[in-house]
Amino acid sequence: MKAFRIIFISLILVFLYAPIAVLVGNSFNSSKYGQKWGGFTLKWYEKLLENDSLMTAFGHSLLVAVLAATTAVVVGTLMTLAIYRYRFPLKKTTSSALFILMMSPDIVLAITFLVLFMALGVSLGFWTLLLAHTTFCLPFVVITVYAQLKGFNPYLFEAAKDLCASEWQIFTRIVLPLLLPAIAASWLLSFTLSLDDVIISSFVTGPEYEVLPIRVFSMVKVGVSPEVNVLATLLLVVSTISIAIFVLLTKNKQLNKSN
Amino acid sequence: MSDKSVLLAFNNVSKRFDSSDILVDFNLDIYDGEFFTILGPSGCGKTTVLRLIAGFERTNDGVITIDGKAVNDIPAEQRPVNTVFQSYALFPHMNVEQNIAFGLKMTGVPKAEIQQRVTEALELVKLSGFEKRSPSQLSGGQKQRVAIARAVVMRPRLLLLDESLSALDHKLRQQMQMELKQMQRRLGITFVYVTHDQEEALSMSDRILVMNNGQAQQIGTPREIYEQPSNLFIARFIGEINVFDGTVIEKVNEFSYLVDIGGVSKKVRCDQRLQENDPVHVMVRPEDLRIEYLEDKPQGRSGFMGIVVERSYTGQTLDSLIDLGEGRMIQSSEFFNEDDPDFDYSIRQKVWVDWVEGWEHVIKKSAI
Ligand SMILES: Nc1ncnc2c1ncn2[C@@H]1O[C@H](COP(=O)(O)OP(=O)(O)O)[C@@H](O)[C@H]1O
Ligand SMILES: [Mg+2]
Repeated sequence: MKAFRIIFISLILVFLYAPIAVLVGNSFNSSKYGQKWGGFTLKWYEKLLENDSLMTAFGHSLLVAVLAATTAVVVGTLMTLAIYRYRFPLKKTTSSALFILMMSPDIVLAITFLVLFMALGVSLGFWTLLLAHTTFCLPFVVITVYAQLKGFNPYLFEAAKDLCASEWQIFTRIVLPLLLPAIAASWLLSFTLSLDDVIISSFVTGPEYEVLPIRVFSMVKVGVSPEVNVLATLLLVVSTISIAIFVLLTKNKQLNKSN
Repeated sequence: MSDKSVLLAFNNVSKRFDSSDILVDFNLDIYDGEFFTILGPSGCGKTTVLRLIAGFERTNDGVITIDGKAVNDIPAEQRPVNTVFQSYALFPHMNVEQNIAFGLKMTGVPKAEIQQRVTEALELVKLSGFEKRSPSQLSGGQKQRVAIARAVVMRPRLLLLDESLSALDHKLRQQMQMELKQMQRRLGITFVYVTHDQEEALSMSDRILVMNNGQAQQIGTPREIYEQPSNLFIARFIGEINVFDGTVIEKVNEFSYLVDIGGVSKKVRCDQRLQENDPVHVMVRPEDLRIEYLEDKPQGRSGFMGIVVERSYTGQTLDSLIDLGEGRMIQSSEFFNEDDPDFDYSIRQKVWVDWVEGWEHVIKKSAI
């Protein structure tokens, strides 16, 4: 029975991770088409650095991911605080709207953005891309931050007020420090989401502002080049690290428990 | 209280939540330097009163004054009032010292003074040496002390405590009751303490306000509240009490009446003016009843025959449930001499129930 379980789990792991292992392996494989192991090499990594169009797309992707994550985190945190602390008209609507945004299939969002930008007559490029990415990251920020906020003793904020803190002091000395793990976590999540988005990006950006996933997508149509393996490996590393940090940050419930 | 200057007053204050009235025309005076307790069952509006004082809620009507000045429009952070929250509400990302220093920092007190006042506050709550602990490393009782220190260090005119001890276990609670009372005397700060626990209220307070359904029922010293409850609700809420329904037969002299209680006439004292045939409640605390183990009614005395139906031994007292017939059950609580060989613990004996004249408390029926 126990042996069976071990075999079963191993099979699942192989099924899940074998493709990734092959990909990572091939990024170091000197044989070009990757059918057999031709020896360890870093030449594909060098090649990638020399590939201007890929590197430009990579740079665009990073820039958009950093800006979108940052904007989403700032706007999202403020929205969360508003939803948490104040009563205002359409409060319910605001939070349901965020949920709908999160649950919608990417393709629907993509079309929606495209229609909107067309109607407004904006030319597709950096700004439309940034706006779209910020928007689809927003609900994830709100949900992460709100979950943490809900975990706090609601009287913390009154206690601070009772001890003569102004609204600004409450924000900087109580709310921000306590929310920092959630804020950092949602930034990383947004960053990753933005970095590997293909569908929405392909609808809302133009040819003169290409991002990495789209560039790769068009490259693999004519066969997988080893540079793509390298890129994928690098992205994998980046995503794994940010997800790991995200998990660590949100798992640290010690702050919540201490009340 | 030698000088009774009013520190805090509610003048005809009303408070509504979502169109349901919580307080209506509520009036209250709290004197400078007293330990004032607001006592009432859960949901009667005690916390609402505290939150109005602290400035977390606004009145719908009426005026709240502190030191004679209306504070309705003064926000919480500017009132000379601090709160000890029931859930402690310590800042989890700050250590004990930083928690206590927080309010002083916010008001711009110089660093050296903050240091000194924090040290004093820690000494006051007996937590010296705990400066660097984080709240998650403290027990419930210690968190409570930090919460108190954090408020007291601000030197407020009024310290508000909402059910502050109810989360602690019985023994710790009794110890903290004593300490709170001592602390209040030493600091001379006016304490407004909220609780639903009558024992706690009786043991700590200079004066008690009994509340029910958002209304002030009675204000008085613990003794007045316990011995002369002004209505049946208070009588029953403040500990156990036996209520005999009776009718006034005649006036004997001023404050003294002859009352018929189910065929037995008793002479009772009453400060209220009563007329013949007025229905009254004659109330006697279980510990004020006198129990004698007699088989028959003694001649020439007015009292009640009954049968013991339940007994429980509490350590200091022997509590009995006595059936007087016609569905009337009363409770008695006897102090006893452990060495008395005749002391009878069994049930179903016949007993004679009576009380010392004047130990009863009489109010006119439906005086609620
Ligand atoms: N923020 C609020 N919104 C609506 N109703 C409230 C609010 N706070 C208290 N109440 C209601 O007011 C009444 C009194 O509450 P409270 O003052 O907390 O009572 P207590 O502290 O005596 O238990 C309760 O019926 C409660 O449901
Ligand atoms: Mg309450």
